[in-house]
Amino acid sequence: MFGTPRPYWHPLIAGLLLGLVLLATFLVTGHGLGASGVFTRAAATIGLWTMPEATAANRYLGGFAAGVPLAGWITWEIIGVLLGGLIGSLSSGRFRAKIERGRETAPGRRLVFAFAGGVLVGLGSRLARGCTSGLGLSGGATLAVAGFLFLIFFFAAGFLTMRFMRRDWT
Amino acid sequence: MTWPLYDGGFWPALLLGLLFGLVLEGAGFGSARKLTAQFSLRDFAVIKVMFTAVIVAAAGLWLARTAGIIAQDSVYVPTLFFWSIALGGALIGAGFAMGGYCPGTSAVGLASGRIDALVFMFGMVAGIGLFAGVFDWIEPFYKAAKGAPAQTLDQLLGVPAIAIILAMAAMGAAAFYFGSKLEARFGGPVQASDGKESVSKDEKRGSGIGSLSF
Repeated sequence: MFGTPRPYWHPLIAGLLLGLVLLATFLVTGHGLGASGVFTRAAATIGLWTMPEATAANRYLGGFAAGVPLAGWITWEIIGVLLGGLIGSLSSGRFRAKIERGRETAPGRRLVFAFAGGVLVGLGSRLARGCTSGLGLSGGATLAVAGFLFLIFFFAAGFLTMRFMRRDWT
Repeated sequence: MTWPLYDGGFWPALLLGLLFGLVLEGAGFGSARKLTAQFSLRDFAVIKVMFTAVIVAAAGLWLARTAGIIAQDSVYVPTLFFWSIALGGALIGAGFAMGGYCPGTSAVGLASGRIDALVFMFGMVAGIGLFAGVFDWIEPFYKAAKGAPAQTLDQLLGVPAIAIILAMAAMGAAAFYFGSKLEARFGGPVQASDGKESVSKDEKRGSGIGSLSF
């Protein structure tokens, strides 16, 4: 299990299969794949535990207060993603319990940047009403103008930010 | 049977998610170093896989519509809000290059044992809390410059959908061709066997022996 990892799939094969999974999702559910929604529901859940009144009164997350925020399609889907990822990483020998970082990057620094990057992505996903999966992939597949606009700004900012992050990832 | 099934149940969601996770992991998207290597042009897997998937799914939806299997407006199409989607997309791109993941790939990263992916998830939840906290203040921006509901690029440009799909296929082919050239130039793509601890251990062992003989 922890021997030499098997190589990644050819991007063309992975892309074809991902496209078929996405198409199947549209045909079964009427919408595409997503991811960021589950973290919104997680934020609502934590909010209701720690500050129930403020969360229930919040105009963005308050709508979740009436029920169980995590009970929804996106949660079942992400449980599936975790299972699928686990099956894939274990069966291929690619599972590694570690902090993934550049060779010269200290673990603490890597985790600070992981958290800070997460904050930006969390904020961005709520502003954009979706993420790389929901807007980029699923929106793009429906030829949505919103999806293509998202992708242009996503990649432009990614390339620009990498100019300052390159040493951390080498 | 009428398509789409509009089945929002537990088992199809779990199965589709499982396949989604399996493919993302197979593509190498549980690795932050592989994902971020896209932005340093060393690895084009992100663009190659995304382009291929979007083209396959778009072509499939087009075929299903043309064959009369699904109706014209039967699948969900997001609506444009120009400024919030542009800024949101930019924040996700910047956060991806900094943090190493996007929301979906962070789940695959965690499933591949990556502790940094879990910390990234905590950051996302904090960021969403922050957004909810300032929602009243940013709401005008959030709702500004709304486009036509569920507008698609072919509607906006007044061309047939298949023309957009063919143009994307041409761009995708170019991305594969030039992407592979850039990968070769910058020492990529990132392999599953890269970044193994044994490499740095060997280097350390080597320097250790060197200092002994010195």
